[in-house]
Amino acid sequence: MMVAFFGAIETGIIYALMALGVYLSFRVLDFPDLTVDGSFVTGAAVSAMFIVNGQPPLAATILGMAAGFLAGCITGLLHTKGKINPLLSGILMMIALYSINLRIMGGQSNVPLLNESTLFTSITGLWNGFGISQPVNQFLSTIGITNPSIIIFALILTLVVKFLTDYFLKTEIGLALRATGDNKRMIRSLSANTDGLIILGIGLSNALVALSGALVAQHGGFADAGMGIGMIIIGLASVIIGEALFGTKSIARITLAVIGGAVIYRIVVSLALRVDFLETGDMKLITAVIVIGALITPKVLESRREKRRRLRKKAELSEAAAAEEGRNQNAST
Amino acid sequence: MLQLKQVSLTFNEGTMDEKKALQNVNIELKSGEFLTVIGSNGAGKSTLMNVISGSVIPDTGNVYIDGKAVTPMQEYKRSRMIGRVFQDPMAGTAPSMTIEENLAMAWARDKKRSLKPGVSKKRKTLFREHLAALNLGLEDRLSAKVGLLSGGERQALSLLMATFTEPNILMLDEHTAALDPSRAELITNITGDVVEKFQLTTLMVTHNMQQALDLGTRLIMMDKGQIILDVAGKEKQELTIEKLLNEFQRIRGEQLTNDKAVLG
Ligand SMILES: Nc1ncnc2c1ncn2[C@@H]1O[C@H](COP(=O)(O)OP(=O)(O)O)[C@@H](O)[C@H]1O
Ligand SMILES: [Mg+2]
Repeated sequence: MMVAFFGAIETGIIYALMALGVYLSFRVLDFPDLTVDGSFVTGAAVSAMFIVNGQPPLAATILGMAAGFLAGCITGLLHTKGKINPLLSGILMMIALYSINLRIMGGQSNVPLLNESTLFTSITGLWNGFGISQPVNQFLSTIGITNPSIIIFALILTLVVKFLTDYFLKTEIGLALRATGDNKRMIRSLSANTDGLIILGIGLSNALVALSGALVAQHGGFADAGMGIGMIIIGLASVIIGEALFGTKSIARITLAVIGGAVIYRIVVSLALRVDFLETGDMKLITAVIVIGALITPKVLESRREKRRRLRKKAELSEAAAAEEGRNQNAST
Repeated sequence: MLQLKQVSLTFNEGTMDEKKALQNVNIELKSGEFLTVIGSNGAGKSTLMNVISGSVIPDTGNVYIDGKAVTPMQEYKRSRMIGRVFQDPMAGTAPSMTIEENLAMAWARDKKRSLKPGVSKKRKTLFREHLAALNLGLEDRLSAKVGLLSGGERQALSLLMATFTEPNILMLDEHTAALDPSRAELITNITGDVVEKFQLTTLMVTHNMQQALDLGTRLIMMDKGQIILDVAGKEKQELTIEKLLNEFQRIRGEQLTNDKAVLG
């Protein structure tokens, strides 16, 4: 039970990078970018191929990220210069990437990484080199954390990306990027090149998605052509759940919420999979139900609250009227 | 400073909806001149603004800023030199961002945007000073989201954003038309003050003849895409609404009706 729980947290933290990318496109740029399903695999495929060919895992991961950036930039170009609507630009790129990803993987649909050295095996090796690692590992494994170095590394990396994102969105370029999603006409009248900003923003978004894909491949031990299917919905689910639970007060708050949303999503899925009649194949259905729930619940709660507020107002009014009546009667007697 | 040479623009040419929005328009504006533009609905006033800002490209003719032809230059590049306030109070600010962030974006208009924080301590002080001059108490609400401001407050903020980098040209397109009379008057007063303070070369389109007479050093009247009246200096000072209406009747041989322009 606890092992599954911490496993879900660990995966959630890695997928949170992808969710941060989805937040950049969907929320910051107001650009519903579906490239994600493809660029996630691109990140995985590129890093896996470099690793299989003996390159250092860190370099392989960075190159995977760069490939995602490039894919995103092309989606941005399709929209801004090709004047294709955002949804269609993303879908076109996603479809194209499916073939490209197969090419990258040398025509195979699956590249195993089981006996390769990955970022995670390097980190684990590094950690186990320390003298204190044995007792710490033993202690943590009693509460269900089997490999502490991985979860800590993933957490640090995701938090670093979070803080970089927070910082970036407050720089001069970052402000212009946010305004591009908020009021294009205004920021253009303030001399910002909105086309360039959209290309940059969608590029950065997909770089994060690809980074997440590269890590998921190294964590799971394989890259697969189908591993990106439905990724966009998982990303959206994380963003929506996070925003609903943790609020949207400030940028720093939202990015933290998105990470929290990604982790909670994983926990919910792992709990759902423990239900007897559900199996692994039902994952996507579970995801869809979670997203629908996350979208509808806040609205239902809100309208309930409204109704209760109105009832209370009504009660107050009639009470006041009754009191008034009472006073009038007292006065007349 | 600003020159338009034989600028013409026809929308939907050759169709039923053909509209000659600008017909051979020539304007020369000297540095520091404050031009008010009046004319009935559809006269081409907004199109004139859009041709200068670059959001619309004219069919023929050229726009020059500081002697440099800017017609092929893209809108966002031109806007380094041009401050604009739109009619719609929603149009000039980013509602989900804070007052200080909006000001920071405007502050970056004539500079290269970098990876430095947009809102620094030093800039906050500067923003606070500028906001205080508006007398709306906005200087105490730097980190409030702009979406929470009233239309008048937003328009005042837009005006500050358009002017405080001292652009070569300031363009105002009916920027008080969406406000109630008292707010409109407030914004009109602030407009006069900031143009004076920064000595800006200004074009202001207005529906309100009285405003066109109160503000500015020069006035043009447009009709059917043409400039039909151009007065400046002492003559402009002595203009009245009645004189303007008579002039229109003399030139066009028809009456300028109330529904075509607001009189006062
Ligand atoms: N984008 C456009 N497409 C077609 N016609 C337009 C467009 N913009 C303006 N027009 C037409 O050009 C004429 C001038 O419009 P405009 O400059 O907005 O007038 P004003 O601002 O003086 O009221 C009007 O007849 C208007 O219908
Ligand atoms: Mg107009």
